[in-house]
Amino acid sequence: MRRAVLIAVPYLWLLALFLVPFIIVLKISLSDIALARPPYAPQLDLNEGWAGIRAFFTGLDLENFTFLTTDDLYWKAYLSSVRIAAVATLCTLLVGYPIAYGMARAPQEWRPTLLMLVILPFWTSFLIRVYSWIGILSTEGVLNQFLMGIGLIGEPLTILNTNTAVYIGIVYTYLPFMILPIYSALEKMDESLLEAAEDLGSSRLAAFWLVTIPLSRNGIVAGCFLVFIPSIGEFVIPSLLGGSDTLMIGKVLWEEFFSNRDWPVASAVAVVLLLILIIPIVLFQRSEEKAREAGR
Amino acid sequence: MADSVFAPWNDPEAKPLIQFKGVTKRFGDFTAIDDLTQNIYEREFFALLGPSGCGKTTLMRMLAGFEEPTEGQILLNGVDIGHVPPNKRAVNMMFQSYALFPHLSVYDNIAFGLRREKKPKDEIHARVKEMLRLTRLDRFAQRKPHQISGGQRQRVALARSLAKAPKLLLLDEPLGALDKKLREETQFELMDIQEKTGTTFIIVTHDQEEAMTVASRVAVMDEGRIVQVATPDVIYEAPNSVYVADFIGDVNLIRGTARARPADSPPEAAVEPTPETKPAPPKATASTSASIAERTGPQPNTLGRALHDKLLSPIFGKWIEDEPRRLPPPSAAEAPRAAAPQTPAAPPRPQDIPPGGLEIDWSTGQAAIIAANGDPVLDGEKVVLALRPEKLGIAKTRPDAPNTLKGKVIDIAYLGNISTYHVEIEGGVMVKAQAANTRRIARRDITWEDEVWLSFTATAGVVLKDE
Repeated sequence: MRRAVLIAVPYLWLLALFLVPFIIVLKISLSDIALARPPYAPQLDLNEGWAGIRAFFTGLDLENFTFLTTDDLYWKAYLSSVRIAAVATLCTLLVGYPIAYGMARAPQEWRPTLLMLVILPFWTSFLIRVYSWIGILSTEGVLNQFLMGIGLIGEPLTILNTNTAVYIGIVYTYLPFMILPIYSALEKMDESLLEAAEDLGSSRLAAFWLVTIPLSRNGIVAGCFLVFIPSIGEFVIPSLLGGSDTLMIGKVLWEEFFSNRDWPVASAVAVVLLLILIIPIVLFQRSEEKAREAGR
Repeated sequence: MADSVFAPWNDPEAKPLIQFKGVTKRFGDFTAIDDLTQNIYEREFFALLGPSGCGKTTLMRMLAGFEEPTEGQILLNGVDIGHVPPNKRAVNMMFQSYALFPHLSVYDNIAFGLRREKKPKDEIHARVKEMLRLTRLDRFAQRKPHQISGGQRQRVALARSLAKAPKLLLLDEPLGALDKKLREETQFELMDIQEKTGTTFIIVTHDQEEAMTVASRVAVMDEGRIVQVATPDVIYEAPNSVYVADFIGDVNLIRGTARARPADSPPEAAVEPTPETKPAPPKATASTSASIAERTGPQPNTLGRALHDKLLSPIFGKWIEDEPRRLPPPSAAEAPRAAAPQTPAAPPRPQDIPPGGLEIDWSTGQAAIIAANGDPVLDGEKVVLALRPEKLGIAKTRPDAPNTLKGKVIDIAYLGNISTYHVEIEGGVMVKAQAANTRRIARRDITWEDEVWLSFTATAGVVLKDE
């Protein structure tokens, strides 16, 4: 009995906070746009009894999903989102790995402080942190003024409102999610393994590729998914730092909801996004499971 | 030592494989290795033994290339390797933690070093197979390290470090993680493999039994220095210092003042084989023997003593037990002390005590201990007699021995095959004696609180200068 209650808690949580909202979104995506409040039809009217339920279900169709295929804006936005998220994830990995490595090799007494410093940015509002990048990256921003001050460039670089700014924003925002799992994988590694590799004739660099990288693989995989999944649907960063040509599905979604007030199409976009994300999530979970088996 | 015995260290012609020349290693202010000079020869199984922090691991890491000497040279086959990185040395190491690559199978772990050499595939395969066979791991080739037992892991680590056929294999506490039984089996396996492959092994251990079992020579280290290097038997039987005597095995240390014994001929100080690092004992010079001759008191009436020993001792023994204070007059060697009123009567002295050596006054009210193998140079010095418990006899009646001590059994440690008796000698000194339990324990006649006699021969102990 007690066990059942314990198990029920996470399931209730999932039901209330994931499944129910998802079913609502799914339902809206199957509805039609209506000039009403809420702005879609049909509505379930239980006063009409059985006939009302039947009317409700016959009113649902896949029209919005077919609409998504007719306008190439959508699939281009999906594709571009995946591309931007993938590139940004790779950049985050390249920046995050050395940091995690340095942390794991730092003297034991420094590590808690270093961990703290990695988490520290979360104490400031995400929105403010992204906004402050505008001040850094804009034409009159800190970065350009600094570079011109030391005479490295003659005229200001245009970084703000380009994809580069979006990459910078994503790398900056999601870096801790990359660092933490890699750090935890590297920290567990026995340093004598590297000595053993060197002793057996590999150079330091070879030892890194043959031992350190494979042993931190689980951390790398976890970090990449933790960055990739939220950055596909990212809305704040592309809309603040990106330009007019930055096409990301989060922005499209926003416009459908708030500019066009087309909730059914917006919901359809969201449902497809979810389906796209389920693929890497399943892959991620499978790799986690594998890692757990190997670690035993 | 016979010629057939493996002992290149005694051969001045032999070329050492490893030479430490004045090697010093400092970590900041801390000196881990202090001006160390030592040769290690090919095919040796050399054990570095010492308490933790004595520098043995640092020494090994310098050989592997993980540490560079601060001063001095380390030569491998005559070539200075002090600053050669670990991946360029013909030296392999078996790590204490084994350091097996957890993401690779047993096969790939063993092949790791060979693949770095870019050898042809079939050659690598053949070598790995050979190593698997040598360490009896054929069946586990495709397993991952976490899927095999501790003993098997230990063998994988050994196979991996031997795969490249190094000139020198370093073993850092290789058996530390195994339980006692498996450790003992593995020790013999190690010796077997060492003999088969002909590789020079250097083993670091803090387990003296392990060092004694496997090694051809043992180096006892303390605070960055090698205190003594010798074969296990010499280390055990003829330690060169109180530190070594105390570190290796169980020992009774009896402190006292040495007094030269009369000698018929110049005393032979080195009865035992001379350990390598032991400073050559200064031979008794003519003047020393002359002075000994001068000190010689009146000789005992040998005929009277012989008669006494031959005819009266059976009765005599019983008589001593009852009334130990009424003993025959002391021998000449003890004559000066016999005058002292509190001196107990001297024990009977068999005729076969070798002349020369030392006597040790160790406790007022006790007869001096005869150490015929003592170095007369120590005359008048503060000395320590190191006496192994198994070299002491224990009996309820006074035995006929050069040295006897009377005491009371305080404690008995029963170890199954042997028992160790903790005996308190009159005067308060505790002495341990060991006896094999040849009879069933129920029939053991010595028990707690018993008055017993401990006895040992005139050459049972080792006389060492007190530090």
